[in-house]
Amino acid sequence: MSVLVGKDTRLVVTGLTGREGTFHALNNRTYGTNVVAGVTPGKRGQDVEGIPVFDTVHSAVAETGANTAMIFVPPRFAADSILEALDAGIELVVAITEGIPAHDELRVYTQLKRTPGARLVGPNCPGILSPGKANVGIIPASFFKEGNVGVVSRSGTLTYQIGNELAQRGFGNSSIVGIGGDPVPGSSFIDIIELFESDPQTELIVMSGEIGGSAEEEAAEYIAAHVTKPVVGYIAGFTAPPGKTMGHAGAIVSGTAGTAKAKAEALEAKGVRVGRTPTETAEIAMEILSA
Amino acid sequence: MDLLEYQGKLLFARHGIPVPSGKPAATVEEAVAAADEIGYPCVVKAQVLIGGRGKAGGVKLARDRAEAERYASDILGMDIKGFTVHEVWIEAASDIAAEYYASIVFDRAAKAPLVMFSTKGGMDIEAVAEETPEALVRIHVDPLLGFQDFHGRRLAFEAGVDADVVRPVGALLAKLYDAFVAEEAMLVEVNPLIVTGGTAEGGRDVRALDAKVTLDGNALHRHPENAALRNPSQEDEQEQMAHERGLTYVKLDGDIGILGNGAGLVMSTLDVVAQAGGAPANFLDAGGGSKADAIVSAVEVILSDPKVKAVLFNIFGGITRCDEVAKGLIEAFDAVKPTVPFVVRLDGTNDVAGRQLLADAALPNVHTASTMNEAAEKVVELAAGAGAAA
Repeated sequence: MSVLVGKDTRLVVTGLTGREGTFHALNNRTYGTNVVAGVTPGKRGQDVEGIPVFDTVHSAVAETGANTAMIFVPPRFAADSILEALDAGIELVVAITEGIPAHDELRVYTQLKRTPGARLVGPNCPGILSPGKANVGIIPASFFKEGNVGVVSRSGTLTYQIGNELAQRGFGNSSIVGIGGDPVPGSSFIDIIELFESDPQTELIVMSGEIGGSAEEEAAEYIAAHVTKPVVGYIAGFTAPPGKTMGHAGAIVSGTAGTAKAKAEALEAKGVRVGRTPTETAEIAMEILSA
Repeated sequence: MDLLEYQGKLLFARHGIPVPSGKPAATVEEAVAAADEIGYPCVVKAQVLIGGRGKAGGVKLARDRAEAERYASDILGMDIKGFTVHEVWIEAASDIAAEYYASIVFDRAAKAPLVMFSTKGGMDIEAVAEETPEALVRIHVDPLLGFQDFHGRRLAFEAGVDADVVRPVGALLAKLYDAFVAEEAMLVEVNPLIVTGGTAEGGRDVRALDAKVTLDGNALHRHPENAALRNPSQEDEQEQMAHERGLTYVKLDGDIGILGNGAGLVMSTLDVVAQAGGAPANFLDAGGGSKADAIVSAVEVILSDPKVKAVLFNIFGGITRCDEVAKGLIEAFDAVKPTVPFVVRLDGTNDVAGRQLLADAALPNVHTASTMNEAAEKVVELAAGAGAAA
């Protein structure tokens, strides 16, 4: 098993005919993901190396039975594309696009919560990889193999760093989920940890957070109340000065809430061990799994 | 992106929010001309992106032309908490009967705009929220429904405003919400929102006496008139240079230059360097898929900070290719000829090719490291050595 993406995934890619969309959709297909359709308005009837292109997500769903959408359109069109996918009945929308205006994300999130059964991962995320089964997004799959560690992270490259440290110690992953660093992520740590908790393949969960917001603190409460599997944490941004934005729109420190120290302490208070470096995080995970 | 007070007020005025009349001025002559036009008494206000102007002497009431000239000349060029005053705003003096507080923030936790209102304005609102939380009324607005008249009435009545200004307060809050949404702001704040003293002919009214506006940088492409309001004179030299080159750069206090790909990994790199006993000079995220020319640009920005004694490159390539990073570093050495040592850690996509390129180029004073921790330790050692030698 794995979470969110796997052998049942039938993927439609919005923005398939764009340079990045084509490159990553074909990479995902090569990995084994079932890429069934692409959407680019006005390009119906064309194909990208055999992947049929449709004008709308609705027609792609009707013709191909797509159940997952990957959003690869530029930021100014991305909110519309996500809303279209939700409206077409897509169960899982994975939004890779970076730089979506915050008010657009707010409208998308509000509509998402009114759409029963729908889930959004991202935006501004590297996607989801279930090693050996499916890759939806831009995670460099060659560094990861199948295994029992579930990883959920706000940062793409930091996910690779931690995943790689685990791989060097012989551990693979059930799934790696990048939830993105934007102010209004479609899925929270809690949403993904809940999935890992009920996934039989996952034996340990690594959550990698960073400064800003309160998602890590909320996850700490949730873990204490609902999670039986061991969780290991990592938080980036201990040296970030207050009031500065460190790239991710979400990583804004206001007061003492949302600092790396406050987050690490919140997790530790609930019994979650927190590594001070990516290396230490992988070492803690190894220690728990080898015990 | 933060706006200066007067830029915020002009933005408010576009949405029908009552603000005192005023004019910006960059020289004493302009300030005096503006004051003459507006009439006396008027207020001379320093325009800087930092709070605490009043206490620093950056806000003065001028009763006549001589005072306007004196205050403008005192305030222009003044340093307020590290920010130089390049502009003043000359504004008609207001008749203040009461001071309220109003703001709308983009509440990430609740994932909705949060409207806050209080009759205890004109002072430190954080202290009000702390000491008398009931005095700060808060209402979340459904982003798909928008601000309704009842929201305004609830805020006004629950905060206990005088009955005669319930309607104008509600109307102002509705317009503030319009501005927040239409301009795609992350924050609009009015402190104080004043009630003017009524006259025999007319009743009392409300007016925004201050304006704090933060706009969403990701939405500026839809608001070209706002994009033009950026205040580069309020930015650090390196930050300005990085902005022009499309790099995400934040200046820090230390002496170790940092470059990485991905905000999370760069933040983590800063932490690991600090744990190794070093002090990072900057945060620089070269972004995903960086090509060689972006790396050259980044090296130029990092080295333009004279404090930098050593530089760490920490790359884990996903869509970023390590061979492109190596090529960029080689080009940068050719162009910039750095005199400080570099430590480079390359992992991920095309890492073998990238390391080979660096080995073949044999750049002077470039060290490689195989892990993030090793790289951090090495760069801290080199920066300390450079410090001792200097």
